[in-house]
Amino acid sequence: MSWFEKLMPSRIRTEGGSKKAVPEGLWTKCPGCDAVLYRAEMERNLDVCPKCGHHNRISARRRLDLFLDLEPREEIGADLESGDPFKFKDSKRYKDRLAAAQKTTNENEALVVMRGKLKERDVVAAAFEFKFMGGSMGSVVGERFVRGANAAMEHHTPYICFSATGGARMQESLFSLMQMAKTSAVLNQMAKRGLPFISVMTDPTMGGVSASLAMLGDINVAEPNALIGFAGPRVIEQTVRETLPEGFQRSEFLLEKGAIDMIVDRREMRDLLANVLSLLSRRAA
Amino acid sequence: MNLDFLDFEQPIAELQAKIEELRLVSNDNEINIQEEIERLEGKSQSLTESIFSSLTPWQISQLSRHPLRPYTLDYINLLIDNFEELHGDRAYADDPSIVAGLGRIDSYPVMLIGHQKGRDTKDKIQRNFGMPKPEGYRKALRLMRTAERFRLPVVTFIDTPGAYPGIGAEERGQSEAIARNLFEMAGLHTPIIAVVIGEGGSGGALAIGVADRVMMLQYSTYSVISPEGCASILWKNAEKAPLAAEAMNITSQDLKKHGLIDEIVQEPLGGAHRDYEMTARHLKQALVETLDNLTPEPVDRLLENRHQRLMSYGMVNGQ
Repeated sequence: MSWFEKLMPSRIRTEGGSKKAVPEGLWTKCPGCDAVLYRAEMERNLDVCPKCGHHNRISARRRLDLFLDLEPREEIGADLESGDPFKFKDSKRYKDRLAAAQKTTNENEALVVMRGKLKERDVVAAAFEFKFMGGSMGSVVGERFVRGANAAMEHHTPYICFSATGGARMQESLFSLMQMAKTSAVLNQMAKRGLPFISVMTDPTMGGVSASLAMLGDINVAEPNALIGFAGPRVIEQTVRETLPEGFQRSEFLLEKGAIDMIVDRREMRDLLANVLSLLSRRAA
Repeated sequence: MNLDFLDFEQPIAELQAKIEELRLVSNDNEINIQEEIERLEGKSQSLTESIFSSLTPWQISQLSRHPLRPYTLDYINLLIDNFEELHGDRAYADDPSIVAGLGRIDSYPVMLIGHQKGRDTKDKIQRNFGMPKPEGYRKALRLMRTAERFRLPVVTFIDTPGAYPGIGAEERGQSEAIARNLFEMAGLHTPIIAVVIGEGGSGGALAIGVADRVMMLQYSTYSVISPEGCASILWKNAEKAPLAAEAMNITSQDLKKHGLIDEIVQEPLGGAHRDYEMTARHLKQALVETLDNLTPEPVDRLLENRHQRLMSYGMVNGQ
């Protein structure tokens, strides 16, 4: 016991058990600036830190909820589930990994696609669920993405995709790799029909998804400070045996190198994309 | 130990060395040991047969990267006539890890595009170990467009560990370069044939691999990540690569079974590196047959079939 504790009367010491009285998750710490913030305030601010502007990762469903008008919303391909063509097993079975991911995320796959409206304009929007096996792209993600594009073509609407992913899903091996070709091919069809595809890259957008659908936007948008690239920073460091420059593979770096059209704050996403789509549709304001 | 032979090829290497020795002896002397040589050659043949009849996926993965395995330029020499190499992406540089050019396969003029690895150290560095940078993929795309304009079929040879993970490659848009190729190849108005001749490494392979027909040489591999890469992520240990090779189904036989490729081109006993000419003959025959089938197709039907094929990839349950 320290001299200070000896001095203090026991009644004003913190009781170990009393911590439980504080409801969990009332406060949250910003990973960007370490500021302790009131959780509700953070949510009101679309999970962007009001102090430093750090964009926190958010779930696919919340993403679409924030982006689309409240009504109408119609989910596409919701009941598609992954097959396990190779009965893949590493330290765990692929089937078990899927089941675990479904339990933690309440989603049955890593992409959610919806038809809905953006400021009264019909659109189709898709969002990756990063917490579902790192937002990795396997057969279901590819198929849902294609169905979203097909719905956009059928109803003659724009297509917007928010990516948050580590890349292709290893457990589906070559089937995953082929989803890169599949999703890119359907975007070619959309382009031929003159329908806009807007790719919004959020933290992180890497590997096979970045090297297919995510870089194929008619307009490529990124949220601030998102990690975006083909190879992961660690792989590059090991290959070239150099320290990577500050800000490497971040949105601002990609903007400077000419890979994306713009960086958009999450709180302005709706207004900005609505305006871009309005201009692309060539209708009078 | 002979470095030109893999671990599991060592018994063959030893026998071969013995045969060579005997040959030298018989040249020097009057003694006739022809019979002994023939006996050993028979033994070598049956030994090779027995080793190659039960290869594991990991052994096949090693064969696909065998130091003596024929590369794109070897096949160009052996099966393409009148080849003229074409260079550069017209924007930044010429990437030597992808070679491309015009040439003739039998009677068909084609645009040939392939990854190229290096043979000796200097060559390996110059070819960047067959790992292309964005300018390589952009050169490939430029020449595919040229092929489209002159209605030439595109033939690609795939043999890469993957697209290069470097600082400059990222700065110049490695992701975009690959994505753009996938996008454009899906709609290219001319037949495309892709052949995996060695190592089909991930997006770096697929970036010249979207095609109307996909073939693999018998002992080549095609996968979303290298066995070592997969093992170090999922098993947290790169030495588990043999397990990863098994789990990922990377061999031509497995991929054919799952309908992911169309055709397997047989290699000679002991692998392509044992007989370049015979491998090239098999490959040329397969290419000519495929060109015979594809070139009369009207472009609309070709593109429709290609689209259907791309859309069919996947293993999905539910509506």
